[in-house]
Amino acid sequence: MKRLFNIGLLLVSASLAVGCFTKDDRNYQYFPNMYESVGYEAYGSYETFENTQEAQLPVEGTIPRGWKPYGFENSNDGYQNAKANLSNPLPYTEDNVNKGKELYTIYCAICHGDKGDGKGTLAQREKILGIPAYNDAGRAITEGSVYHVMFYGINTMGSYASQTSEEERWQINHYVMDLKAKLNGQPQRDFVSENEIAEVELETIDNHSQHEDEASVNEEHESLHTESEEQSHEVN
Amino acid sequence: MEKVNTRHSISRVLLLLLVVLFSFSQNLFAQEEAAADESSQGSVEAAASSGGDAAKGKELFNSLCASCHKRYKRSTGPALNGVTSRHETDWLYRWIKNSQELIAAGDAEAVAIYEEFNQTAMTPFPQLSNEDIDNILAYVEQPKPEPTTQPQIPGGSGGDSSGSGVSTDIILGVLAFVLLLLVAVLFLVNKTLTRFAAASGVELSVAETRKPIWKAFVENQFLVLVTSVFLLLTGGYFAYGYLMQVGVDQGYQPVQPIHYSHRIHAGDNEIECKYCHSSARVSKTSGIPSLNVCMNCHKSISEVADASNPNTSVTEEYTKEFYDGEIAKLYEATGWDPATQSYTGESKPVKWVRIHNLPDFAYFNHSQHVTVAGVACQECHGPVEEMEIMYQYSPLTMGWCINCHRETNVKMEGNEYYEKIHEELSKKYGVETLTAAQMGATECGKCHY
Repeated sequence: MKRLFNIGLLLVSASLAVGCFTKDDRNYQYFPNMYESVGYEAYGSYETFENTQEAQLPVEGTIPRGWKPYGFENSNDGYQNAKANLSNPLPYTEDNVNKGKELYTIYCAICHGDKGDGKGTLAQREKILGIPAYNDAGRAITEGSVYHVMFYGINTMGSYASQTSEEERWQINHYVMDLKAKLNGQPQRDFVSENEIAEVELETIDNHSQHEDEASVNEEHESLHTESEEQSHEVN
Repeated sequence: MEKVNTRHSISRVLLLLLVVLFSFSQNLFAQEEAAADESSQGSVEAAASSGGDAAKGKELFNSLCASCHKRYKRSTGPALNGVTSRHETDWLYRWIKNSQELIAAGDAEAVAIYEEFNQTAMTPFPQLSNEDIDNILAYVEQPKPEPTTQPQIPGGSGGDSSGSGVSTDIILGVLAFVLLLLVAVLFLVNKTLTRFAAASGVELSVAETRKPIWKAFVENQFLVLVTSVFLLLTGGYFAYGYLMQVGVDQGYQPVQPIHYSHRIHAGDNEIECKYCHSSARVSKTSGIPSLNVCMNCHKSISEVADASNPNTSVTEEYTKEFYDGEIAKLYEATGWDPATQSYTGESKPVKWVRIHNLPDFAYFNHSQHVTVAGVACQECHGPVEEMEIMYQYSPLTMGWCINCHRETNVKMEGNEYYEKIHEELSKKYGVETLTAAQMGATECGKCHY
């Protein structure tokens, strides 16, 4: 009888030992209140918030830090307007183009291809079709139209405003125009020298103050960047 | 007949323990060979339309039209199958070459379409000749191929592959049952024989009463000493092992609300990690991609390629139906209506379960590692591009952090910020390249403050 009891005990303890290690659950924590933050953590879930969602939209009428309003509307008119009137404020330096190339490889090349010919990995694997080359005659892209499309997206292409900053989009813009020139067989632009940069900077500061005035008039502006963040949410 | 007393209980218990351990350590996931018996699609598509060459049309369609049009399904623009019966061919030529001109001219048909599709302007294609357009129309007018149904084989290999997990369980169960039966039979045989011997008057040799083994053990002091030292050491070893894994979540693999496969996205389709986790470049957190990032691609990818497609990612375990259902979950969360290709405005958050989580008392910044140091994501997160279900690859313990800081050299290229201190410190330590630790990356205050 005692032997049976021993065997039973062994079985129970063995199954317990095996049963404790599940990969669906977190391990025990030693002093949990040292592990868990008192403050709200990014993407956390707390009772205080609507939907218990820590990732919040900025208050209406406010602008996220380091983010400037964009003065063109998300419409066909806005597109044509940007295409004709918007140009790249960043100087065409080697630094900016290289940075643009790096970002292009992350965000654009997966569809548009490393050469900008519309033959990225997703196109080759026939996941997304009909990606135009940058030298497409019907589209005739310009610096302004490229930026506009990056900001709002167009047709099947989505907006990249939540993944990139304004400066980064303009850096990518330089590289895209480079690729277009290459596809058309044109020579590459000369990089801007240091002196010229200083001049351009002065100019952009002037432009900038003008631009901000315009933007404050245009109050219909939608903050794409933040709208998107609302949808993602996570529980600790 | 002499009966040997076989009541060596200790050895029997040990044997049983062995059996129990083996039965648990069995790999329950029987590997099934993928039945790579793909029935090739033999559907020969006949060109239905007059004139045009559908093969040439397909090429043009895929490169020019497919970004906004699908053949049998509404996309940004209308489904093109049947377009020749809806409109005159001459009208189509004019529309495709420059739709805006038609709309501006006030053509009723053109304006109606423009209004129906939310005033989306169709890109003009002046480069297409009438012949090209004929080819495209021939391609889009091909009838929709019937879905190829996989031939169902009753029983045979089909049944086996679906129930691989169950069959292993059954085998183990049967084995356990047989073992129990054996024990019972032996017990009964023993009992019967004893009774039989007693009945037929055979004297069973009664084992002479020896000194019980535990008494002998206690009397041997040397043995007691050695055993207790041994037990203490093993106990200490296991206790240490147990305590050291408290709070370590290596291998943690929770079930997520949407089955997102990194294998398909980062592996098969080679999408950059930073495409979705864009804030890893610039902020402390790597960022859980907001759903608009998913929709950048899934606006046009509403279903995965089936098994007959060479670019497919579906497996036996995870079928096309399964993945399509997961994409449908994404549409539900974003409020995207694939039928009208628009957002309904009814979105709801996806409650992803966080996997990698450092305790509050340790500070970690992604941008410092990803952008400044240029460490590959896989260094810490493991082969994510092979993970069907994401899990924690590294222990994320302090020892693991420190180890890497001691072994990794500081990345100097294109970073003027470190130039001066690197020069001075490398002179001080007499080395060419500094490790992160020599630059001060093992100081307590770097991560704990």
